[in-house]
Amino acid sequence: MSIWRDIKGTIEPFWITLRNMFRPVVTVEYPEVRTELAPRYRGRLILTRDPDGQERCVACYLCSAACPVDCISMQATEAEDGRRYAAWFRINFSRCIFCGLCTEACPTMAIQVTGFFEMANRNPLETVWEKEELLVDHCGQEPDYNFYHHAGIGVAAARGENPGEDKPVDVKDLMP
Amino acid sequence: MATWIFYILGAVAVVATAMAVTRRNPVHSVIYLVNSFFALALIFYLLGAPLVAAWEVIIYAGAIMVLFLFIIMMLELSPGEEADRQGPGPLQWLPVLLLGGALLGCTLLLLQLDPAGSQELPNWYASPRDFGYALFHEYALAVEIVSFQLLFAAVGAFYVGRPASRKERSGGER
Amino acid sequence: MPEWMVILLLIVAKLGLIFMVLLTLAAYLVLAERKILGRIQLRPGPNRVGPFGLMQPLADVIKLLTKEDFIPTQADKWLFLLAPGLAAVTALLTFAVVPFGPPITLFGHEVPLVVCDLNIGVLFFLGLSSLAVYGMTLGGWASNSKYSLLGAIRGLSQLISYELSMGLALVPVVMLARSFSLTDIVMAQADVPFALVNPLAFLIFLISAVAESKRIPFDLPEAENELVGGFHTEYSGMRFGLFFVGEYINLIILGSMLTVFFLGGWMGPFLPGVVWFSIKVLFVCFFFIWVRGTLPRLRYDQLMHFGWKILLPLSLLNVILTGAFLLWRQG
Repeated sequence: MSIWRDIKGTIEPFWITLRNMFRPVVTVEYPEVRTELAPRYRGRLILTRDPDGQERCVACYLCSAACPVDCISMQATEAEDGRRYAAWFRINFSRCIFCGLCTEACPTMAIQVTGFFEMANRNPLETVWEKEELLVDHCGQEPDYNFYHHAGIGVAAARGENPGEDKPVDVKDLMP
Repeated sequence: MATWIFYILGAVAVVATAMAVTRRNPVHSVIYLVNSFFALALIFYLLGAPLVAAWEVIIYAGAIMVLFLFIIMMLELSPGEEADRQGPGPLQWLPVLLLGGALLGCTLLLLQLDPAGSQELPNWYASPRDFGYALFHEYALAVEIVSFQLLFAAVGAFYVGRPASRKERSGGER
Repeated sequence: MPEWMVILLLIVAKLGLIFMVLLTLAAYLVLAERKILGRIQLRPGPNRVGPFGLMQPLADVIKLLTKEDFIPTQADKWLFLLAPGLAAVTALLTFAVVPFGPPITLFGHEVPLVVCDLNIGVLFFLGLSSLAVYGMTLGGWASNSKYSLLGAIRGLSQLISYELSMGLALVPVVMLARSFSLTDIVMAQADVPFALVNPLAFLIFLISAVAESKRIPFDLPEAENELVGGFHTEYSGMRFGLFFVGEYINLIILGSMLTVFFLGGWMGPFLPGVVWFSIKVLFVCFFFIWVRGTLPRLRYDQLMHFGWKILLPLSLLNVILTGAFLLWRQG
């Protein structure tokens, strides 16, 4: 009889909800209780240093190119010894979607993710982080990696200034 | 005193009904009509028929006028014709406030006149029991006739509002 | 102190007490509802303001009072301003006839624990509950918004339909108690509450009461996911608060009416009458909240079908059966 089924279907949920009332609460009350994050959780980004204590970033723009929301911008320069670095480095965290693609693109393991996520802010301008705030004093998740040990640093003198070298060709000149 | 209250209530009922007839905005005239029903209910109470007064409020003000409102809303006349779309000013609301104030005053006066709702005022006081007895003994035939009429009306409405049969629908197409 | 002054003071004290208790209860019912719904969904519910969230109603009131009171363009301003008050006042007035305890003696005066024991109390309740439609309808109409209008129309037809079966479910009660006065009805249930004498009427009244309170299985007038907020879509600030408070006062009123008509009012062993009355009312309120946490919303045609084709014939049949039973027992 369908009417018995209907009546049963109306009364049974009451029992279920009544039972639920006496079950333990599953809510994690966040500011007081913190859940343990996954080991590979992708939180805010940092710029790490190599084991020698120098900046890893070589300002290659690969992270900026990989970023799907274009939240990373920088300006590359060269140091005296020909080592490249970023003059300024800026991440707009109100745009960042924490996808971690920048860390995968980075050839020097400079940009890395952390488990830190409490960046809510009333002023949107304060969610734009500059290089000084991004740069940290440790190696992050790669304590032994040092890019320049593999690749070497660029030559210090200008092109054509090293001993036994010709001047570089001026491509805009027709003279031999 | 009771006479004065009666005249005031009568005037309120007449004025409210006149306003209801002359309003352009259908919802406003419904409000005036409800006002007039309240005045009538108080008059019934004054005449010693609290039961009829209660029915007046429940059935007329509570059910029939609500049905009127329902129809008005369904007909999409609703927020008035464009004429008074800017919303009525205080001047337009003055009459209904005055009428409502008069009704409230009369109610308080009535309460003050006889707190128990029993002595002095009416010549004959119709308790619910008396009322029911009169309705179903002395006027039983009339009640039956009226109820049959309502039944006919209900059946008629059901017939008119039934879903059209296939034959009629095809007839309509031809 | 002269005699009349004592009487007046007693009356004023009683009124003030009822008013305060009712409003506080309505405010805390909101919190209780949120808590209980939370527990049903395995959440703790509001617990930030004060211990166990007990100051939450206060915070809500402050928030509502400080919000902007917004009137839509081209709204019927006066009706718009008036409607929430109408809704709240009709709900509050109904409590005038509810007897919540046996008469007590204070300062040598017998004080009946009811504001006004009308001899047509049942009709007073029905009349006010039918007038309660106006607050909602006029508010919805005056807002000049299609959601409000739709909500108002739905609410109107729903309340009319269910008030009919509600009134008819009360007829057997009046027949059994042989009086329209609520005090007499409670007195008539000294031995057995009417819920056991006439369970069908109890069931019909319960369902109609849930429909009348515009709560979840029947909350079509304010169906959030179809009509935004229904008839109070355009309201903000304390005007919305009045609608809200009116709804919860209405919940308490319906709970006390169920208690008075079917659960035996203040009658009960051991405990004093007022305590029994409050326990029963609070239990009915809990039941309403429980229903809200359990059942899904009906479809509109199901609502009308259920009201007119099932509840109304059932309640008519119940009236006839009760009358026949009473006649048989008499003769």
